[in-house]
Amino acid sequence: MDSNNLFLVLGALIFVVGATGVLLRRNALIIFMCVEMMLNSVNLSLITLSRMWGNLEGQIFVFVIMAVAAAEVAIGLAILIAHNRHVRNINIETLNLLRN
Amino acid sequence: MSVFAFLIGALSLAAAIGVVVSAKPVHSALFLMANFATLAILYVLLDAQFLAAAQVIIYAGGIVILILFVIMLIGHDPADRSQQGLTRPAVASLVLGVILLASLVLQLTGRLELGTGGGIASGGSPSAVGTELFTRFLLPFEFVAILLLVALIGALIMGRRESGETVEEPAG
Repeated sequence: MDSNNLFLVLGALIFVVGATGVLLRRNALIIFMCVEMMLNSVNLSLITLSRMWGNLEGQIFVFVIMAVAAAEVAIGLAILIAHNRHVRNINIETLNLLRN
Repeated sequence: MSVFAFLIGALSLAAAIGVVVSAKPVHSALFLMANFATLAILYVLLDAQFLAAAQVIIYAGGIVILILFVIMLIGHDPADRSQQGLTRPAVASLVLGVILLASLVLQLTGRLELGTGGGIASGGSPSAVGTELFTRFLLPFEFVAILLLVALIGALIMGRRESGETVEEPAG
């Protein structure tokens, strides 16, 4: 098996594991980590495709994704801490302030 | 190289599964760091040396540490019922995961023969990526800078204690 295919399959598998984790877990922090993992699996696919096509555009894209992921982590963790200050836990089943 | 890539990839996938199945958030965070580190090794194999370094610095060094700090503050969740075996939502999410996997496999299998080429002439060295970034992709780069500034301000506002709130004294 060509190694490029190996990397693409690995990216798909890690993405599936991350998506399943998002659905499976109830702890908001672990859901957060799973989202990061999904972003990273897409990064792996983009870098593989960048090598396949022989140009650097995919790698630039990954650079931008990394910046967006850093921004997302900063905002998301701040939201979690603010929520935890009110509700005293981070179970997503308590994240229903907007319901009704 | 292919055997090495396969081993590292298997480690990465195992770490990914570890993130999902760990009972404690701290273990999940450490598995996440292992996942990021193995992916950085794969980036080196894929001619992306600059991104491998950025991966280690930003993800393993920055994001995981930030997550660990937040776990230290609020990670304990005694009411986490996702560890109580196969409840109905758990089964449903596993089924959805399998469906996603099946659809990805169906999409990929017909197209994998394009994975024969390879190799970037200049490689993904910092100078090559930097040249691209500051010539063809200068405008997106500036937008990234603005995005990070906005995220910084937003995180400050979110994390700030509201003016009416009192500081809680730790008991004992």
